[in-house]
Amino acid sequence: MKLVKFLCAGFLAAGIVLTGPGLTAQATDFIVVQSTTSTQNSGLFDAILPEFEEKTGIDVRVVAVGTGQALKNAANGDGDVLLVHAKPAELTFVADGFGVERLDVMYNDFVIVGPADDPAGIKGMTDAPAAMKQIAGAEAVFASRGDDSGTHKKELALWTEAGIDPADASGTWYRETGSGMGATLNLAAGKGAYTMSDRATWLAFNNKGNLAILAEGDDRLFNQYGIILVNPDRHPSVKAGLGQKFIDWLTGPDGQKAIASFKIGGEQLFFPNARGSTTN
Amino acid sequence: MSEVLSFPGHAPLKARTGRSALPLSVRQLTFRTEGIDILRGVNLSLESNDLTVLMGPNGAGKSVFLRLIHGLLQPSSGDIRWDGAPLSKAVRRSQALVFQKPVLLRRSVRANLSFALGLRGFVNRSARLEQALADSGLADLADRPARVLSGGEQQRLALARALILDPKVLFLDEPTANLDPASVLMIEDVIGRVRASGVKIILVTHDAHQARRLGEEVVFLHKGRVSEHSPADLFFNQPQSAEAEAYLNGKILV
Amino acid sequence: MQDFAHSFVLAGNLILQADAALVEIVGLSLQVTATALVVSAAIGLPLGAILAIARFPGRMVLVVLSNALMGLPPVVVGLTVYMLLSNAGPLGVLGLLYTPTAMVIAQSILITPIIIALTRQVIADLHQDYSDTFRSMVVPGHTAVAALLWDARYSLMTVLLAGFGRAIAEVGAVMIVGGNINHVTRVMTTAIALETSKGELALALALGIVLLLIAFAVNGSVALLRGAERSLVRV
Repeated sequence: MKLVKFLCAGFLAAGIVLTGPGLTAQATDFIVVQSTTSTQNSGLFDAILPEFEEKTGIDVRVVAVGTGQALKNAANGDGDVLLVHAKPAELTFVADGFGVERLDVMYNDFVIVGPADDPAGIKGMTDAPAAMKQIAGAEAVFASRGDDSGTHKKELALWTEAGIDPADASGTWYRETGSGMGATLNLAAGKGAYTMSDRATWLAFNNKGNLAILAEGDDRLFNQYGIILVNPDRHPSVKAGLGQKFIDWLTGPDGQKAIASFKIGGEQLFFPNARGSTTN
Repeated sequence: MSEVLSFPGHAPLKARTGRSALPLSVRQLTFRTEGIDILRGVNLSLESNDLTVLMGPNGAGKSVFLRLIHGLLQPSSGDIRWDGAPLSKAVRRSQALVFQKPVLLRRSVRANLSFALGLRGFVNRSARLEQALADSGLADLADRPARVLSGGEQQRLALARALILDPKVLFLDEPTANLDPASVLMIEDVIGRVRASGVKIILVTHDAHQARRLGEEVVFLHKGRVSEHSPADLFFNQPQSAEAEAYLNGKILV
Repeated sequence: MQDFAHSFVLAGNLILQADAALVEIVGLSLQVTATALVVSAAIGLPLGAILAIARFPGRMVLVVLSNALMGLPPVVVGLTVYMLLSNAGPLGVLGLLYTPTAMVIAQSILITPIIIALTRQVIADLHQDYSDTFRSMVVPGHTAVAALLWDARYSLMTVLLAGFGRAIAEVGAVMIVGGNINHVTRVMTTAIALETSKGELALALALGIVLLLIAFAVNGSVALLRGAERSLVRV
């Protein structure tokens, strides 16, 4: 298809020429961080990145998608650093040679939220799988991310532990939104549904409506974030030096302190736990 | 009538030089469309520069014949030659056609003429353009959008646009139908001067008075065939075919 | 609805204060979409005109194709451009992913079929008027294309506006290939999507109102230009 080739070349050439240097890469150094919606939507990056950028002159460009997509994008080499929250998938990523090394950065926890009138009666429960079993038993509407994100992976693990396969109920009381945490929370607020959210997104979310935290405090709701340098041996375009600088900073004293001091309404959203860090 | 009085009839068109496009030789020409025979074997030879009027009742095939010999339509069968050559772009470039309803570009009068000028490799274009505006009496309207002109003005522009191409043959397909008498007069005046400059003109008209005023020879078409081809005097005074006589006497021919 | 009133107030405030972040986002939106429109017009106008007047084998296939591609889902375009520009893709070496250029490419691909299909229709209609005259005058193909495009310029302006509207309102493709990176590839629509996912519905709606006002302003200025040009021609 000569025409197709011609068109592609046309789009590309014209796009490059017309946007010019003003729109494309700036003179400054930058790295691309593939991360999750929770870190962006909560405002964490807006709060901590300026300090790093000022100190190093490195511009950090965050692409916020679900953990599943972030992992795929990074595997394609479309990013220098990966900051996500699905430890087993992260370890596989490194084992497959896509990443150099996985380091703990910070943690928080997941919470189960739902309508304040709580038709499934889970309020105050601290056993997450039991609470979810009760939701399933009541066939109360549950909104799942359904997008292979870190939160989605965690939710599925909890269902397994509860001995329930929600896929059977998909489309009835079990609703897979296939979208981000915010969109899923919007749906839950609109429909009066239960859902599981990371605490950071929940706290920063501004359309809670009738929703409230109903179950929390289970160790199994622990939510660990890890950081990985994308392997430059796999993708030579990876800016390993700049990326490592960012990782060193975030897992070092300054970065850990910045994470700890990020609060919404007086409440801390992320708890730094990088090894060797002094702040906690 | 002030418009007519102000019409610049003084500028005689430059006499044409160079090789003639004639003779036109048409043999066994047929044209069939949607199952209807429009032309059923036309034989015709036009050799002189005399202004030829194509006459005939409605549906006789006059306009189709004009389009065929100009190359706008492809014949079903038969042969058309201009000075021995079949129709080609080169031949057609030496011809121009003015339609009954002029189709003008959505631009100014001047831009319509300069568009035509740009199609051929003419030198001294601006002088030609000004001359054409003057010859057609459109100089005062040069910057008006062509599509807001009156019907008569539009047809004068269409004629000027055809002439600016410097054709050797000019086809006119009922150029003055539905125009006011003043416009008809102006257009006939231009036609007369074009004829005098040596251009071969083939005119389709329904108007027997116009045919008498302008025609030097008449080709009478009836039912897709030539039923008469005579000098104008002879045709109008002593038509040779029964069909032509009936037509001239105002009988309705079908 | 309290939220609607709140959104209008927010939108008003954002505009009146010429909020720096907003100005940046609006600027980038306009720059990206205007560039995409120039690219698409440069490709789509002549191609649409050629499809309208030329007769060649496969023409009908192209006509149907361009008509069908008008409904191209932005996400599919985004995904395709992502796969092309990704470091793992054939054009990865250009380093264009997550840049405004990538967004321009995606938007151009999205709206070029619209420009082609609508141009073809406009020019085909006009060509019906002109074709006998042009054939009689022996107008060469490229001159005919140029003349038809110029004479149809007012209708084509509307065609371009349709393309502009689709491009600037599109979110799926630019989100994927641009990445919604703050200060780099964040445009109106991705900002709206972000604020929605934060639950900042009033702010999201306010940004939507601003986007609508931009569309009004663009359409309004084109209408004014048309009016001005027309009255100039008439004088």
